Amino acid sequence: MTILLAFTSAALFGLGTWLLLQRRLTRIVIGLGLIGHGTNILLLTSGGGAGLPPLIGKGDKKEFADPLPQALALTAIVITFGVTAFLLAMAYRSWQLTNDDVVADDLEDRLIAAARRVDSDVVDLETAQLERESDSAGDLDEGSES
Amino acid sequence: MSDVLVPLPIVIPLFAAALTVMFARFRVVQRAIALLSLTSVVGVAVALLIHVDDESVVTMDAGAWPAPLGITFVVDRLSAIMVLTSSVMLLVVLLYAVGQRGVERDHPAFHPIYLVLAAGVSASFITGDMFNLFVAFEMMLAASYVLLTLGGRPDQVRAGMTYVVISLVASSMFIAALALLYAATGTVNMADLALRIPELSSGVRAGFSLLLIFVFGIKAGLFPLFFWLPDSYPTAPGPVTAIFAGLLTKVGVYAIIRTQTLLFPIDSQQGTMLLIIAGLTMLIGVLGALAQDDLKRALTFHIISQIGYMIFGLGLFTIAGITAVVFYIVQTILVKTNLFLVAGLIDRHAGQSRISKAGGIARSAPIIAVFFAVPALSLAGLPPSSGFAGKFALVDAGVGSQQWWIVTVALVVSLLTLFSMTKIWAGMFWGEPEAAPVAPDPHAGGPGVMVFATGITVALSVAFVVFAGPMYELAERAGSDLMNPSVYIDAVLGVDR
Repeated sequence: MTILLAFTSAALFGLGTWLLLQRRLTRIVIGLGLIGHGTNILLLTSGGGAGLPPLIGKGDKKEFADPLPQALALTAIVITFGVTAFLLAMAYRSWQLTNDDVVADDLEDRLIAAARRVDSDVVDLETAQLERESDSAGDLDEGSES
Repeated sequence: MSDVLVPLPIVIPLFAAALTVMFARFRVVQRAIALLSLTSVVGVAVALLIHVDDESVVTMDAGAWPAPLGITFVVDRLSAIMVLTSSVMLLVVLLYAVGQRGVERDHPAFHPIYLVLAAGVSASFITGDMFNLFVAFEMMLAASYVLLTLGGRPDQVRAGMTYVVISLVASSMFIAALALLYAATGTVNMADLALRIPELSSGVRAGFSLLLIFVFGIKAGLFPLFFWLPDSYPTAPGPVTAIFAGLLTKVGVYAIIRTQTLLFPIDSQQGTMLLIIAGLTMLIGVLGALAQDDLKRALTFHIISQIGYMIFGLGLFTIAGITAVVFYIVQTILVKTNLFLVAGLIDRHAGQSRISKAGGIARSAPIIAVFFAVPALSLAGLPPSSGFAGKFALVDAGVGSQQWWIVTVALVVSLLTLFSMTKIWAGMFWGEPEAAPVAPDPHAGGPGVMVFATGITVALSVAFVVFAGPMYELAERAGSDLMNPSVYIDAVLGVDR
């Protein structure tokens, strides 16, 4: 049973990581959800095999399940749930602003990359251009993704 | 009596946060509650520091469950120093935010979230077990997500995505590390872990050590894991960036110091690895800062560079090294918060923070220039400043351990930091004012309170040099506690373990 859970956890981690590397926020959210489930299963397996409910004075110690990882997993689930809700709200806001949910590049980074190649006079032109582009950043990244 | 004080730095801000939610429509009441609660946290932190300095370690078991079973809060000298420094900074930045009135006035959520952030930061310093460290981190991070995106501008949403996603990945890795630690040792209490980890084989131990450095390294902004930091911090509202820069990365550094000294004591191989990471972090941070044309982004890259200095001291694994780190962290928190508060003043005065476009601030606003000069010199580590004392202690510790190459790197990086500060100074402060200062936003409050709050941080960093002697001795006592983990373990588990 523990082996099966370990494999499940590994599979969730793998799928989650792959989704995390995408540029769309919805896929990233799903990826993070999968990784969250993977870690919670890992946390659950860390307590050892299944057993009886841990009630004091009701039998042999060895028959009981370890209650602590379950408590920890419960807390971790709640926290992941809260943060995922926040991420979804942010994805919605991003969609409201740009009609898209692609994670855009940082404007300053692109400016510095551009400044290496061109004279400082041209940079101002590039700034204006980049600022215009960043408004429709979705279209730019659309091409690079496919 | 003393163990009543221990959870107060967490309880007071959380309680105040609940109260400020109730008074969401009355901004004046919110301000009064927030300022009052953070002031009392400063008071509690002072009392804790004095008490802990007498008795070394104070613990509190929640619900009187004995240590390895229940939730334990522990305050040793390092935690007490960190709680005091962070609560003073939180109070000063709150004052600045009230003076600026931007986010503070427009969003009823600002005060509750800010207080939750304060509780999360204190909780990470005080908690005695790994799982509550995770919970404290999440409390702090969840508050920081909201503060970063408060207002919901497009660039904030973009920066917030990077920040939230990378923090979530780090948190998932943290839970995974916790699960593996629990499976290997059967406990999450740090003192208990310190006893059981030496029973593991050396390979497993090294694995755990690396996993924890990786997890906390993301939060602290260590060399290969820092990329998210300069993208996300500068987009937040001014006071929020200041508190992020001053505190959040240092909580990661605190966690690295705590786990490495308590759980994985002296291991030379690990030390060398940490020193290499430290050197690269210092160098990449300062080079990144030199390439920037935006003041806030340049300062954000300097944060990374300073994290390198802290890890440098830790990597030496000597009492002198750890002492220097404790001393340097306090100094950096002061200076960094100070610089970002000044950056906010510049932003307000010149209407922008681009180094190549603003100019002549020294003439048009001499107070801002003075407020910038003090921490800037301190950051570069020039002799009369507090930065000199911190860097001197670090370099001295490095020379004491005969680690010449890392000392050389640290000195070169100091020079580069000075160069970067000169570049900012020449670009923004010297010369004629290029354009008439932008008319202040009619909705903004008077700058008096903002200048006053910034002045406090400048005064604190000057006072830090004046009292460098006693401060260093305190740091030394904290450092020797850290290098002798049995003090901590005995205090938590009881001597008759």
